[in-house]
Amino acid sequence: MIDKIYFNTARLSALFVLVIVAWIFVVLFNHSLEAMHTFGLDFITKDEWAPNLDKFGAYAAILGSIISTFLAMLLAVPIAIGVAIFLSEIAHDKIKGFFGVSVELLAAIPSVIYGMWGLFFFVPIIRDIFGGLGIGLLAAGIVLAIMILPFMAAVTRDAMNTTPDILKESAYALGGTQWDVIKDIIIPYAKAGIIGSLILALGRAIGETMAVTFVMGNVHHVPKSILDPTTSIPVTLANEFSEADSSLYFSSLFGLALTLLIMSFVVIAVAKFYFLRKARKTS
Amino acid sequence: MTAVQKRVFINKVALTLSTLSALIALGFLFWILGVLVMKGISALNWNIFIFDGAPPGNPESGLKHALVGQAILIGMATAIGVPLGILAGTYLSEYGKNSKLAHTIRDISDIMMSAPSIVIGAFVYAIVVMPMGHFSAWAGAIALGIIMIPVILRTTDDMLQLVPGELREAAFALGAPKYKVILSVVYRGAKAGILTGVLLGIARVGGETAPLLFTSFNDNFFTTDLNEAMPSLTVTIFNYATSPYEDWQQLGWAAAFILSMFILGLNILGRLILLATKKRK
Repeated sequence: MIDKIYFNTARLSALFVLVIVAWIFVVLFNHSLEAMHTFGLDFITKDEWAPNLDKFGAYAAILGSIISTFLAMLLAVPIAIGVAIFLSEIAHDKIKGFFGVSVELLAAIPSVIYGMWGLFFFVPIIRDIFGGLGIGLLAAGIVLAIMILPFMAAVTRDAMNTTPDILKESAYALGGTQWDVIKDIIIPYAKAGIIGSLILALGRAIGETMAVTFVMGNVHHVPKSILDPTTSIPVTLANEFSEADSSLYFSSLFGLALTLLIMSFVVIAVAKFYFLRKARKTS
Repeated sequence: MTAVQKRVFINKVALTLSTLSALIALGFLFWILGVLVMKGISALNWNIFIFDGAPPGNPESGLKHALVGQAILIGMATAIGVPLGILAGTYLSEYGKNSKLAHTIRDISDIMMSAPSIVIGAFVYAIVVMPMGHFSAWAGAIALGIIMIPVILRTTDDMLQLVPGELREAAFALGAPKYKVILSVVYRGAKAGILTGVLLGIARVGGETAPLLFTSFNDNFFTTDLNEAMPSLTVTIFNYATSPYEDWQQLGWAAAFILSMFILGLNILGRLILLATKKRK
């Protein structure tokens, strides 16, 4: 009797996870219907976002999300791969332990703190070097890159560590240098895992809110250069959700949230189910 | 240069570049930590724990309201997320095992763990704030609780699977029903692991700002009313840091320092517990 109760509570809790995810999609979809009916495809192709005129086009926000994430990846990927190589192949065991743990701990620091640091310390530097406001896509891309770096490096290192020692030793026995082993053995072997890890970090970066809200500017314009302030989906949501006053405004914001959820869901699913699963099969 | 010399040279260049990138990464990260510690400690004083928020310029202003609010929100989120997460993890490890349903739940939960937290905030806004008509601590706690579930589920599932099957069989052989086996054998065996999962789950939601922005919102006053907007450290950091007032910015750094120490402390504690149990075995 108690056995049955326990089993059913546990099963309900587990099913609850599926229910919640489905529920999130349904709720966001329902609430964005009004915006979809009013604007149709214009919602994602027009960049005029004028709450006072009840006109909402999310093009600038979507573009801002994509560009800032792309910039962040451009900066973070080479460094993360370098760090991962350093951690898995170069560093001494003692350094490895210390460095590895500090990278993982840094991944735990709340993103709001990265954003605050960016606003007070990095934005002035960009302003001094390039002129302008300092706030904008470039600042957002850099802060985002720094924020995802620890996570990206840690998972990439884990992927590289799956390479069996015996393969590496055989290559060394043939006279390979460390770099030969890295580029001809480890990278080909762990390729799927590395790509999966990088894409997973990308999935996190798209949805990251607080690190970029400080330094993006929240201006609904398609930027002319990466120094211009613009906006992204999470930045718009963070700034405008508690201020929205018409039902169409709300509906448009829910539309943005749904767009963001779909984007990150697809990216994360590709990373997990395609690359990381493939990686697990080969290792 | 002979072919060998060339390879040795390329090797050196590549390894130097990789070490250099490690140093760059570490440099940035210690820059951030350094700023946080310097700014945070210089802004810390007793007033912060004694006084509530006040208009800018008032020397008697502190963070008591936000500290208490944060504790309430995290406490409520834990009360929602931990039981659901542990029960769901138990189902996966003890009942579902390798069934299709269990795998689907694991996959979806994994995706949810990386899904944008601000979207969870929007969802909770729609299902809690809109019907209630105003922001509330309930909404904030529900949002954080939802974010916590996948973290706890994952660690519970992993940790329970580490408990050797022989232990379960021995308990079954003594005639114990399954729920008894789970409660007094499996949970006991995985105690440290589950505790670590809970600590990591709390650390994960403790730093969340985005889902609170429009659920528990924020308040500059002390409140314990769960039906009202509730201040939190994270949203207070955001509001104070983006304000033009020098003393609010100072309080923002103090809050950032306290929050980071709390979260790093939880992470380190979780690791130590795992290490200690590994050693004992």
